[in-house]
Amino acid sequence: MMRFMLLFSRQGKLRLQKWYTATAERDKKKMVRELMQIVLARKPKMCSFLEWRDLKIVYKRYASLYFCCAIEEQDNELITLEVIHRFVELLDKYFGSVCELDIIFNFEKAYFILDEFLMGGEIQDTSKKSVLKAIEQSDLLQEDCKESHTKIFAL
Amino acid sequence: MPAVSKGDGMRGLAVFISDIRNCKSKEAEIKRINKELANIRSKFKGDKALDGYSKKKYICKLLFIFLLGHDIDFGHMEAVNLLSSNKYTEKQIGYLFISVLVNSNSDLIRLINNGIKNDLSSRNPTFMNLALHCIANVGSREMAEAFASEVPRILVAGDTVDSVKQSAALCLLRLNRTSPDLVPMGEWTARVVHLLNDQHLGVVTAATSLITTLALKSPDDFKTSVSLAIARLSRIVTSASIDLQDYTYYFVAAPWLSVKLLRLLQCYPPPEDAALRSRLTECLETILNKAQEPPKSKKVQHSNAKNAVLFEAIALIIHHDSEPTLLVRACNQLGQFLQHRETNLRYLALESMCTLASSEFSHEAVKTHMETVINALKTERDVSVRQRAVDLLYAMCDRSNAKQIVAEMLSYLETADYSIREEIVLKVAILAEKYAVDYTWYVDTILNLIRIAGDYVSEEVWYRVIQIVINRDDVQGYAAKTVFEALQAPACHENLVKVGGYILGEFGNLIAGDSRSSPLVQFNLLHSKFHLCSVPTRALLLSAYIKFINLFPEIKATIQDVLRSDSQLRNADVELQQRAVEYLRLSCIASTDILATVLEEMPPFPERESSILAKLKRKKGRGNLPDIDEARKNVNVNGNGNSEPSDKIEATNKSSPPLVADLLPTNRPRPVSSSTFMFSPGSTVSSPSFTDLLNLNSTPSAGNTLLVDVFSDNSTFSATEVSEENFARFICKNNGVIYENQLLQIGLKSEYRQNLGRMYVFYGNKTSTQFLNFSTSVTSTDILRTQLNIHAKTVDPVIEGGAQVQQILNIECLSGFTDTPVLNVQFRYGGMMQNISLKLPVMLNKFFQPTEMSSQDFFQRWKQLGAPQQEVQKIFKSKHPMDAEVTKAKIIGFGVALLEGVDPNQENFVGAGVIHTKSIQVGCLLRLEPNVQAQMYRLTLRTSKDSVSQRLCDLLSEQF
Repeated sequence: MMRFMLLFSRQGKLRLQKWYTATAERDKKKMVRELMQIVLARKPKMCSFLEWRDLKIVYKRYASLYFCCAIEEQDNELITLEVIHRFVELLDKYFGSVCELDIIFNFEKAYFILDEFLMGGEIQDTSKKSVLKAIEQSDLLQEDCKESHTKIFAL
Repeated sequence: MPAVSKGDGMRGLAVFISDIRNCKSKEAEIKRINKELANIRSKFKGDKALDGYSKKKYICKLLFIFLLGHDIDFGHMEAVNLLSSNKYTEKQIGYLFISVLVNSNSDLIRLINNGIKNDLSSRNPTFMNLALHCIANVGSREMAEAFASEVPRILVAGDTVDSVKQSAALCLLRLNRTSPDLVPMGEWTARVVHLLNDQHLGVVTAATSLITTLALKSPDDFKTSVSLAIARLSRIVTSASIDLQDYTYYFVAAPWLSVKLLRLLQCYPPPEDAALRSRLTECLETILNKAQEPPKSKKVQHSNAKNAVLFEAIALIIHHDSEPTLLVRACNQLGQFLQHRETNLRYLALESMCTLASSEFSHEAVKTHMETVINALKTERDVSVRQRAVDLLYAMCDRSNAKQIVAEMLSYLETADYSIREEIVLKVAILAEKYAVDYTWYVDTILNLIRIAGDYVSEEVWYRVIQIVINRDDVQGYAAKTVFEALQAPACHENLVKVGGYILGEFGNLIAGDSRSSPLVQFNLLHSKFHLCSVPTRALLLSAYIKFINLFPEIKATIQDVLRSDSQLRNADVELQQRAVEYLRLSCIASTDILATVLEEMPPFPERESSILAKLKRKKGRGNLPDIDEARKNVNVNGNGNSEPSDKIEATNKSSPPLVADLLPTNRPRPVSSSTFMFSPGSTVSSPSFTDLLNLNSTPSAGNTLLVDVFSDNSTFSATEVSEENFARFICKNNGVIYENQLLQIGLKSEYRQNLGRMYVFYGNKTSTQFLNFSTSVTSTDILRTQLNIHAKTVDPVIEGGAQVQQILNIECLSGFTDTPVLNVQFRYGGMMQNISLKLPVMLNKFFQPTEMSSQDFFQRWKQLGAPQQEVQKIFKSKHPMDAEVTKAKIIGFGVALLEGVDPNQENFVGAGVIHTKSIQVGCLLRLEPNVQAQMYRLTLRTSKDSVSQRLCDLLSEQF
């Protein structure tokens, strides 16, 4: 299972973090700092996998953002690389050519999309359509709410 | 498709985020955040009830602040309130906040659980999904308690929609991981397995994850999943790439599900059913075949997805380890990847091949790729890939290629990254030892290791080379010559000085015939390094010098001069000083014969598992270290054409046992079985030596024991004879060695308080061999059993050679007693059962509490105890010189208070104490009158109980 996923920028700013096991805040901060340092120091042509503590780290850079997953000993590295890619595709589809700013300003959306895709560290659905449908549905609900909200204000 | 701004109804949030982004400094950011926190706090506390939208907005801001890395200590309640909102968007933000910020011990958990419960029963799939996500995200015990029975019900209910089923499966998986005890197996388990047949691939994917985890824990309950998984897998791999529509990923059919199914199959052995088995083999073959087909897309996603499935299939093939053709095909496929232009694939191929190398079927096939792997070691630019190459070389090493692989690793070591040097050193040391036929090669290799990477050569490694040299006559001369030459280098590593010092000290004589390495030359060479070395190395060198005095009497004077110098005799380091003083003294007073005995060559080391191997295992963890042993022999014995004949293998195996596995667990190389002078640094400081097992002063020698046995009245010499020779010595003291023979030493430490006592019994194995079936028991006579309780803790049945184990006896005195409990010790040594019985020194006086009293009180009580049966008197001849101080010490040791100035006669000794038993306490007064002229004593005891008086008198009168 995936233990956690991190998104951070070239400058070392953490943009998104999702932890699938209970971890103390202090440890989280330490692990994030340590991993960012390791990953940011690696050169472009190097391999996308590394051993870290008792975990395997799989990472990939998209533009200015690093997507970094920690998986367990017996997990499949290549498929994790494609988990990252599918997540990027989902973000891209939803935001329409996603950029770092989208994730900063709509962080809650990024979390919702990730939650629809991964749950408890396992993949929930690999179909792009299913995931986006779930998000769209909730957006529709949101729309309704907004309308009713404006209506309340209009009153 | 919604645009970016769609759904983002929170302008205030966007403004706040831009504000933060515009902050020029950390201080400005903190200031802005504090302002916002104050604002939100006042809104939450304000009189005006906030509408849902505002609540949502503020909660979202708090979340943002938290994710920036700041602490948030309020807002939880408002977030929980959002859960009960009817508006999806508010509920969603509430759940998100809780998932990220609420930890399991929160007191809000009950309120949260309430919200979740409502949503789970809402029958609204979107709400149910939110609730299930929240359970999976928080995953706390309280939640598991509340929902562990509800979630399985939702999962298998007929009317649950697919998306909820998926969430429920993964939610249950999370609960099972965090609180497995709370998730009961039940009738739902069978139905979960059938989800593998579900129409919806998303449901199958989620269910497969759940089933894999459950199957790992209780394989029997989920056995039926094997056939279903194979059927499903078969349908996927044979489908055309567009059949699965949205589950086809870059022309690869359902790669995620395939990987998961293959993973599930790895929880089980190969299926026994032939049809099922051949269907699975077909699947695996199809996957292997597809790897050879031209890619359907140039995109890396296509090849990644395809190869992810391939690697998982190979993992399953290796796991089954039963189909030779598949294993060899897998190996060839990985061989292709070794030269692939994708770094990722090279990395994974190296990693995967490592496990393949340990299979008997594919070991030879893996070996054919050796040149490629060696090349990878030299040319790969990424250290993590090179690390994998080292691992693989280690795994594929056997007798046929050991020399080449070790040479390549050594040459790589010169330029290797610092982070992996220690590991390479360990691997080289292990391989060199394991596959050494020619021990000169082994010695050369280790000395090279020290030369190239001295700092990374741990103690285990250099201890090991010494042990091997000591244990093998044929290599000693060569080793002496080689270290001598290596020491000639102007700058050599301290580890080399250690090895050199040790080996020359033992075997320098073997090369002393050559004038270029005459005794004086050897000594001067060693001593030229002395001042550059650390204290432990200097200590070792001093020991080498004293060994030299024995080996080369002609340079005795030179060495004595060195030992005598102020820098040695007055060295600030106590260990060095002590060695210099003792060695100098030893060399001056001991005759040649004694020196020769004390400084005799070290006896062979006992054979144990290599601690280098243990160290490597610790470093790497179990999974990463394939056992490089097994399998090989099978391959060779099976005769794969070019393999060695099996009898030769046998022969080489026989010749190597001393090396295959052994090393002391103790931290110094030294045999424990002999009285030979201990030639190791710090022996008086850190390791237990048998002359001082307990750090106690009394050490009766084995010879002494023998004499007493021979002259004792008892004429039978059975092994089970109860030994009591040391018993009397323990009347007035609590600690010491109670028993010792050639095999075993038994020491005691005891402490008493009122009627309770605790005795620590130390069993020291003096031999170099294990004691097996070691057991002890304490027996008492029937009478004694009613008077004294002894409870012995169990003791380990094996005592390693040279080791000491401790046993605790808890003792309770119930009433006065005269008998003595017996300690029986049994163990197997060298095939013989040994029985030893000895009287355990637990006697009545141990339960004394001393009583101080004035002269007046003493005589008043003395008179009160005037009845004839209460007094016992004994007049006896002194057995020891009559020394007042010794006598005083003995009386105090006996347990009573020594009362000064009570008796009008200053020569007499007077004592008082109370014996504590569980039932009664017995007061006791005693008086001892020495008569120096007659060398006689008169001992008088008065207690309230006649039997007690008699027993105490018997015990004490023995002491003078």
